[in-house]
Amino acid sequence: MKNYLPSITLAAFLGSLHLAGAADITGKVTLKGTPPPERTIEFEAMCGKLHSKPVTTRHYVVGADKGLANVFVYIKQGAQKAPAAGEGPVLDQVGCMYEPYVMGVVTGQKFKVRNSDALLHNVHATPKPGGNKEFNFAQVSKGQVNEKSFDAPEVLVRMKCDVHAWMFAFIGVVDHPYFAVTDKDGNFTIKNVPAGKYTVEAVHQKAAPTGKTAEVEAGKSVNFEIEVPAQ
Amino acid sequence: MDRSGWFFRQLTTQSINNIWLHRFAVLTAAATLFLIWMGGLVTSHGVGMAVPDWPTTYGYNMFAFPFPQWVGGVFYEHSHRLIASAVGLLTAVLAIWVWLRQSVGSQRRIVLCGIIATLGLMGVRTQTMFVILAIVAVGVVVFSLARAKVEPQPLRWIVLTAFALVLIQGVLGGLRVTQLKDEIGIFHGTVAQIFFALVCAIAIVTSSRWAQSKIAVYDGGPLRYLYVFATGMIFLQLIIGATMRHQHAGLAIPDFPLAYGKLWPATDAASIESYNQTRIEVAAASPITASGVLLQMVHRINALAVLALVLVACVKTVRRFGWRSGFSKGAAFWSGLIICQALLGAATIWTNKAADVATAHVSLGALSLVTGTSLILWASRCFQPAARTVEPMGLVTKSEVPA
Repeated sequence: MKNYLPSITLAAFLGSLHLAGAADITGKVTLKGTPPPERTIEFEAMCGKLHSKPVTTRHYVVGADKGLANVFVYIKQGAQKAPAAGEGPVLDQVGCMYEPYVMGVVTGQKFKVRNSDALLHNVHATPKPGGNKEFNFAQVSKGQVNEKSFDAPEVLVRMKCDVHAWMFAFIGVVDHPYFAVTDKDGNFTIKNVPAGKYTVEAVHQKAAPTGKTAEVEAGKSVNFEIEVPAQ
Repeated sequence: MDRSGWFFRQLTTQSINNIWLHRFAVLTAAATLFLIWMGGLVTSHGVGMAVPDWPTTYGYNMFAFPFPQWVGGVFYEHSHRLIASAVGLLTAVLAIWVWLRQSVGSQRRIVLCGIIATLGLMGVRTQTMFVILAIVAVGVVVFSLARAKVEPQPLRWIVLTAFALVLIQGVLGGLRVTQLKDEIGIFHGTVAQIFFALVCAIAIVTSSRWAQSKIAVYDGGPLRYLYVFATGMIFLQLIIGATMRHQHAGLAIPDFPLAYGKLWPATDAASIESYNQTRIEVAAASPITASGVLLQMVHRINALAVLALVLVACVKTVRRFGWRSGFSKGAAFWSGLIICQALLGAATIWTNKAADVATAHVSLGALSLVTGTSLILWASRCFQPAARTVEPMGLVTKSEVPA
């Protein structure tokens, strides 16, 4: 079993400054170890027609140089509360799958839930007990969009469709805009972080969350490594 | 012969022992088992929230929901609702039938008008209306049970209780969806078992065998208390099972007979995190929690207790009455059910909670409760009360004991 217990090595460094006193935190999350094999999703008839190739679960999506995708990276400590800038993200339902698999929002920020399938889904948020308010609503037609938000920080809130049991995704909710989700190669960029000392945490829905402190100084870079064991 | 005259004579004859009434009660019980089976499919597939609205279905009147949209989890949940409506209607007819047969005067008019008015109000498909009806139904249950205790013909009050209970049950199911509360689901699962046992009891007491059975002539000794205790433990087991299903803890422990390779699994935070991380689920399984693991361990231990109790009850029954006795046959059947039930419980784990296996486990659990309830009923009727002197036991042979 220990062979399946990967760890994630996260190397982050302070990026170049875009604004006076603000900088990007960039880095990469890598997976150490061999993850268990993903399982093929058995679609029901209507959803099956939307896919020409087998589709698997997305627990561990590993890219180049063992970079791990779908990791929510955010400043856990040190950041001041701040509202979101710009429009909220979109959680889409395409081919009876959620896209993206992991995304982030700021508390109170409206995000859109869209049904791009010509069939019905229900959208069911299942926060942790004592956390955000659970909700469940129907999206019966193609193109339907609803706006939702979460009031309390919570990493991660699971979204699911009860009509199609294999459909689930995760949303990281924090009270500031300093977060990112790793791309297919495990890279991330947390933009416009004010100078200061922060605890950054990388959360993967299977691996354990781990945080390490990185000092951010204007014009300098900081490298750090976060190991996230899957044990 | 005037067919309508025959129909009304059948309906109004003041005798409980009516073959068609009994058959109708059996039909209602069978429909209830079918409903429990469908409810088991809903929870086994984890699709209880697939229809997010109630009493409508995706905005439609539930009876007009287009069939092409019965897909995925919607199929199970919507079917469950429709079958529940059918069971509600059957129970209403049963209640009307019994009240027509067992009562006269203003009391009959009031109750029959109440039942028919309730059926009419079902057409007002708003959540508020259903909640109001359920609140009234709680009062009806309390009143009916009180009347059943003191009246010489209690069946009509028992049937009225069943009608009120099925109404409450439907509203619990609806509120579980709209209020997003797993806890309501646990009540829903528990009331389902009580209702099924009640309907089966009605089927038994309306049978000709019940009417012809000998009353209080068998010395059952402490057997009746053993039946009561074992049935109580089964009921407790069903509550634990309902809690597991509605807390999504059915696979909180993925192996059997060990638990995470141990006799007693670790439930510290690090272990729980590890259990969740190493699980590669296809469906949106809820996170494993320490309480879920403990709940399943309690379910396993109580299963052992139930198995032991029912086997002891069977052995003691056979020793007292011999193999040819109806009680012995009933107790043997009960033991067989419990053994199958234990195997199905293990199979639920071994098959990674395959929906058909898990659903069979739910259904057999309900049958086990009903079998125990039946034995209690027959024992209550046929066993001699401890402090009562009756005709000599030698007058009745062992094989005549009904069950």
